[in-house]
Amino acid sequence: MLRIPCPCCGLRDETEFTYNGSAEAPRPTDPEDGAAAAAYVYFRANPRGWHAEYWHHAQGCRRWIKVIRHTVTHEIAASGWPDEDLPMPEAAPNTGKAGR
Amino acid sequence: MRYSVFSLARAALNGHKSWPQAWRDHALRDRYRVIVVGGGGHGLATAYYLAKNHNITDVLVLERGYIGGGNVGRNTTIIRSNYMLPANEPFYEHSLKLWEGLAQDLNFNMMVSQRGVLNLYHSDSQRDAFARRGNAMRLCGVDAELLDVDGVRKYAPLLDFDNARFPVQGGLLQPRGGTVRHDAVAWGYARAADRLGVHIAQTCEVTGLVIEGGRVAGVETPHGRILADKVGLAVAGNTSLVAQMAGIELPIETHLLTAFVSEGLKPFIDGVVTFGAGHFYLSQSDKGGLVFGGDLDGYNSYSQRGGLAEIDHVLTAGIAMVPAMSRVRMLRHWAGRMDMTMDGSPIICTTPVENLFLNGGWCYGGFKATPASGWCFAHTIAAGEPHPLNRDFTIERFRTGRVIDEKGAGPRPWLQ
Ligand SMILES: Cc1cc2nc3c(=O)[nH]c(=O)nc-3n(C[C@H](O)[C@H](O)[C@H](O)COP(=O)(O)OP(=O)(O)OC[C@H]3O[C@@H](n4cnc5c(N)ncnc54)[C@H](O)[C@@H]3O)c2cc1C
Ligand SMILES: [Zn+2]
Repeated sequence: MLRIPCPCCGLRDETEFTYNGSAEAPRPTDPEDGAAAAAYVYFRANPRGWHAEYWHHAQGCRRWIKVIRHTVTHEIAASGWPDEDLPMPEAAPNTGKAGR
Repeated sequence: MRYSVFSLARAALNGHKSWPQAWRDHALRDRYRVIVVGGGGHGLATAYYLAKNHNITDVLVLERGYIGGGNVGRNTTIIRSNYMLPANEPFYEHSLKLWEGLAQDLNFNMMVSQRGVLNLYHSDSQRDAFARRGNAMRLCGVDAELLDVDGVRKYAPLLDFDNARFPVQGGLLQPRGGTVRHDAVAWGYARAADRLGVHIAQTCEVTGLVIEGGRVAGVETPHGRILADKVGLAVAGNTSLVAQMAGIELPIETHLLTAFVSEGLKPFIDGVVTFGAGHFYLSQSDKGGLVFGGDLDGYNSYSQRGGLAEIDHVLTAGIAMVPAMSRVRMLRHWAGRMDMTMDGSPIICTTPVENLFLNGGWCYGGFKATPASGWCFAHTIAAGEPHPLNRDFTIERFRTGRVIDEKGAGPRPWLQ
């Protein structure tokens, strides 16, 4: 069970939240740019390591939050509001090497 | 040695000490015609069909762990071809047809058991959706039967038919669906490929791809560089990271899926039954254990370690479908990393790097696809262009809008 620190409600169980994927790329601003839209919608970061992602505190304050979580250890380094610039912890190079 | 009743009898006479190794270890050559990265079901099947269908035997399969240690040995072993979209159905039906003759073809008993796959429905709209899918299957010449509640009662009497919230109204049955012993698939393909001259190297990780002038020339490993005319990637949950070695971005996210096995029981359920009011699927192994699973954990992860929240969710759904399960003890559970695409359908294609080919994005349905995936990927590698059955499984479809979204879940891989 993940324990997610909501900036409004504090540390809460994963089951109170719904996930909405990567928060790494900004939404493209040009509505005519199909290639940028495809990149934003489909070609998301899939790092083995730290990952910025959106969660919705559906059964709490009902606000969207941003979380920096590690995709191997599931450790959470930071959380904040969606427009906050959260610092990424030092990451080991993303080599895809063994180690489960 | 051919496996047969005679070889079994002969080996029995000397206490089963005469069985040769199923596949051999070889000293690695400096260069191969084709290197397949990833020794899971798909990589091994690809190597086998390269040798068998295309006469390319100078092939090396590189596996960073051991054969059978990936998803090929972690799945819930269900095979079926109950898809609806024209890009998917002929491909999965080809796979099911290959399963039907695979034990003879590979000379390895992988216990293909066509015990049927039944998808329950619990509402009128679900029935209509299943009728539509069944009709689409039948238009492709595939078996599908819409059962009413009495038909389901005969097939799986233990279900909670009168559940107040989700009464069972009927189900869509594919009688030719079923289960296959998954480790035997890895071992059977490895042994058959070895017999045809393919080299298999375990505990040998690919750490880099050698690319010169836009064309792949080989791979880097801890044992040094190995050259190849062509390289095929079939690394399942690791697909994004290995493709990144060639600078290829993919519409894939890696997620967790957990499988469960209970203590052994007397015959409890015949076929594979899936719940329509939640994500849950159940079958019984030949040893008697109930084998089941449900949803993904729901967030990106490479950990191969499922969380308790999802375990609780799956067991709750299971008990809603089969209340008798509440008295059954769970023996073990484990998770695999799934290469989830943004439309739930796979990728088998050429890439922007010349002579580099990609097979991935199998989500949690890739086990049933193993034979056809190997068949089509071998063709794609040998011919340098896709087989008609995998023509639509491109990366480009995500840029052109021609996604193959069976479920209509949209670009939410954790919901596919
Ligand atoms: C719990 C669970 C239940 C499932 N249930 C079903 C089911 O009922 N029916 C169904 O059809 N599908 C099911 N699936 C999906 C199916 O198992 C997978 O889609 C399929 O096995 C993936 O293909 P594979 O066999 O080639 O993968 P794998 O066996 O994972 O093979 C990939 C291999 O690549 C290796 N590799 C990775 N990186 C490198 C590298 N850099 N160098 C060398 N080797 C590398 C890995 O070690 C691994 O052995 C399930 C999966 C899971 C986890
Ligand atoms: Zn909150």
